[in-house]
Amino acid sequence: MLAEKRVGASEQMHPILKLIAQRLALGIMLLFAASILIFAGTTMLPGDVAQQILGQSATPQALANLRAELGLNEPALTRYFSWLGGFLQGDLGTALTNGRDIAESLGGRLKNTLFLAFWAAIISVPLAIFLGLLAVRYKDRWPDKLISAITLTTISIPEFMIGYVLIYWVSIQWGMFSSVAIINDGMSLGQKLNAIAIPVMVLTLVVLAHMMRMTRAAILNVMQSAYIETAELKGMGMLKIIRKHAFPNAIAPIVNVVMLNLAYLVVGVVVVEVVFAYPGMGQYLVDHVSKRDVPVVQACGLIFAAVYIGLNLIADIVSILANPRLRHPK
Amino acid sequence: MNQQLKEMTGKVAKGLMTRREFVGRAAALGVTAAVANSMLTGSAKADGHGTPVRGGLLNIGSTGEQSTNTQDPALTASEVPLNNLYAWGETLTDLDHEGGLKPRLAESWEASTDAKTWTFKIRKGVPFSNGKDMTPDDVVKTLQRHSNEASQSGALGIVKGIADMKVDGDYVVLDLDEPNADLPYLMQDYHLIIQPGGGMEDPGAAIGTGPYTLEIDEPGVRHAFKRRDDYWDSENRGWADEIVQLVLNDATARTAALQSGQVHAINRVDPKVAALLDRAPNLEVRNSSGPGHYVFIMHIDTAPFDNNELRLALKYAINREEMVDKILRGYGSIGNDMPINSSYPLFDDSIPQRKHSIEKAKEHYAASGHDGSPIILRVSDGAFPGAVDAASLFLETAKAAGIPLEIKREPNDGYWSEVWNVQPFCASYWGGRPVQDQMYSTAYLSTADWNDTRWKRPEFDAMLKAAKAELDDAKRKEIYSKMGMMVRDEGGLILPMFNDFINGVSNDLGGWVDDPYGEMMSNQAAIECWLKSA
Repeated sequence: MLAEKRVGASEQMHPILKLIAQRLALGIMLLFAASILIFAGTTMLPGDVAQQILGQSATPQALANLRAELGLNEPALTRYFSWLGGFLQGDLGTALTNGRDIAESLGGRLKNTLFLAFWAAIISVPLAIFLGLLAVRYKDRWPDKLISAITLTTISIPEFMIGYVLIYWVSIQWGMFSSVAIINDGMSLGQKLNAIAIPVMVLTLVVLAHMMRMTRAAILNVMQSAYIETAELKGMGMLKIIRKHAFPNAIAPIVNVVMLNLAYLVVGVVVVEVVFAYPGMGQYLVDHVSKRDVPVVQACGLIFAAVYIGLNLIADIVSILANPRLRHPK
Repeated sequence: MNQQLKEMTGKVAKGLMTRREFVGRAAALGVTAAVANSMLTGSAKADGHGTPVRGGLLNIGSTGEQSTNTQDPALTASEVPLNNLYAWGETLTDLDHEGGLKPRLAESWEASTDAKTWTFKIRKGVPFSNGKDMTPDDVVKTLQRHSNEASQSGALGIVKGIADMKVDGDYVVLDLDEPNADLPYLMQDYHLIIQPGGGMEDPGAAIGTGPYTLEIDEPGVRHAFKRRDDYWDSENRGWADEIVQLVLNDATARTAALQSGQVHAINRVDPKVAALLDRAPNLEVRNSSGPGHYVFIMHIDTAPFDNNELRLALKYAINREEMVDKILRGYGSIGNDMPINSSYPLFDDSIPQRKHSIEKAKEHYAASGHDGSPIILRVSDGAFPGAVDAASLFLETAKAAGIPLEIKREPNDGYWSEVWNVQPFCASYWGGRPVQDQMYSTAYLSTADWNDTRWKRPEFDAMLKAAKAELDDAKRKEIYSKMGMMVRDEGGLILPMFNDFINGVSNDLGGWVDDPYGEMMSNQAAIECWLKSA
């Protein structure tokens, strides 16, 4: 009897595991497709590495020498497969431009990017959801309008502008935080947080509106349902209704938009990195694109694609798990 | 009023008046800040006095590096790596900040009477940061590395003219293919940092004879240096205990870092904000006129630019004063369609200045018989800051002269490989060179790789060669003057402006001098300045 039950249970869990496995396989296939696109894209860039490295100082002789040394004369297909093979073994090769190990320099940059994204997310996600709930609670009254007005304003201003304004007031006028966000391993956590305080503020202001509005819309949508009315008639408090009945049912769209914004915090913050001279991946990627350092661009591209696909995968899985009909299929 | 201003510049030079006071009083006399500033360039802005203070952490914030750069002197081409090079390395000779040449790793030098053989006496007892003493052999190996055919060195053009180099006791003897009176000047080229064993084994190891050792090397982010206890010239430079160079490629990030006191000096202040920044407390904007120039270049072997009348029409049609005012905000000086200005030794200042004239432009345009088809000028802001705006100003004045100029905007990306030196008419930038010979050899010699105006005149080449071999300065000056006139009247170069170097300097920084040869005191600010508060 017990054994039967266990079999039954595992059979019951099966569809969801299968779904997750399917999503994972799809993600990996997508990643391969992305690697082909990235490779094709990078080989289509105008100009070549040797020319870009030497810049205005390039003489034809120096160019020819550098090209031979960098192996740029080999066919594209050969380079693609040797790179992909290396990538799968964790060997990203060395940068064409400065001969450094890509995995090592990229690792440091990725760590920094994730560090900034992590702190921005820690502050912005709960804040956005809290403000969204508050906006629903006071729908169409002044707190709702104020929250919408402020978040929509900050999302509408270009992020570099917000950055400059905050630098001017917070750093130069009030002398509170550093205007340069260069962090390094020798700094304590406190020093690091001081350095990234303003960029975190900027990123929070930039991503807040999107998540807040989606939270508000998703919950309001649920609030039209009959069971909410029932809860209201029972005499339940508004916040409690939102917390116990509306929010769990609105999780899927909220998680989706949260994940999109998290992905943005990782892959889309190059402008903020430039303004604050933050040593993250965006700046690193742009530098190497402009120098036609193809292996680095490909590695960055693939990592960005992996982050994007990975976060969307998580969003999918969370929405599946949040849906009782998918969790307990017949 | 002129007399008053003159007196005042003298006072500034003697340190009796601060620059800001000067600008303020000049304003009272009806002189704009930009003009007042430019009056001070060239005249010694004495601030370099005072006793150096040892110690402290000196921070500089600079633009000009990407995460792709290395410490290899052969590949160095931008500002941050340059600042790095001078922190850990040294060359045989060195420019003082007035254009004179001074000994560094070479104690002295002399030429044979035909200027074909040069003998450098190499300084003794100078240790590299790896503990070994520098030897004449290291010097020869360094020159060999840069002259190697397989080398990617930017100094290849300089050293390939050396036929033979050998060690002779404490001396290094260089035999040249052709006489060159400027050779000691060329030896101060930043690529030619002397490295142990010529740097052949590990060119990017950052081991040299300079006052600092490289401790942290994160290209595109920051570089940290520590002072060496065994530096040979510690009486004269290397004051701060530590130097940190932050890479701040964003102009606003740089000015913000200076304003909030996170760095003591920044390079390349945006001319648009320079006057405003100078008003901020605790810092000064320091500008110096240099040999760098913003240009529009025509290939004189390609129609319609093979017609000198058309070239002259375009040269007369450009309004130089307006460009210096609007593009450089007064932080620069007008050009004269030749790449040489007063920051070069042996410059002939009697060459007449070409003036903006719509009438003359019309005359020459009519004489050219151009068929009226559009003349396409390719620009990008990557060519020089404000290039697109400068081209628009050019377009307006050309239109007034009836010249059918048309602007085509090109992407920044790939500009130097796809447009510059490829397309017949485009915007460009030249950083200038320490001596006239080097400037002309780089871009105006028939066989030069970067002859970006396709200027190929055998008589010009002959003059360049003659000037090179001439040890009599008066005669050289005369030859260079003729060459300048030739380029000015027949060349493919439209040179509206020479740009100033604009640096932002904290008041806590002592020892700053305005140097017309490069940004940040020719990249030596970090090793020559000190912290007053240290």
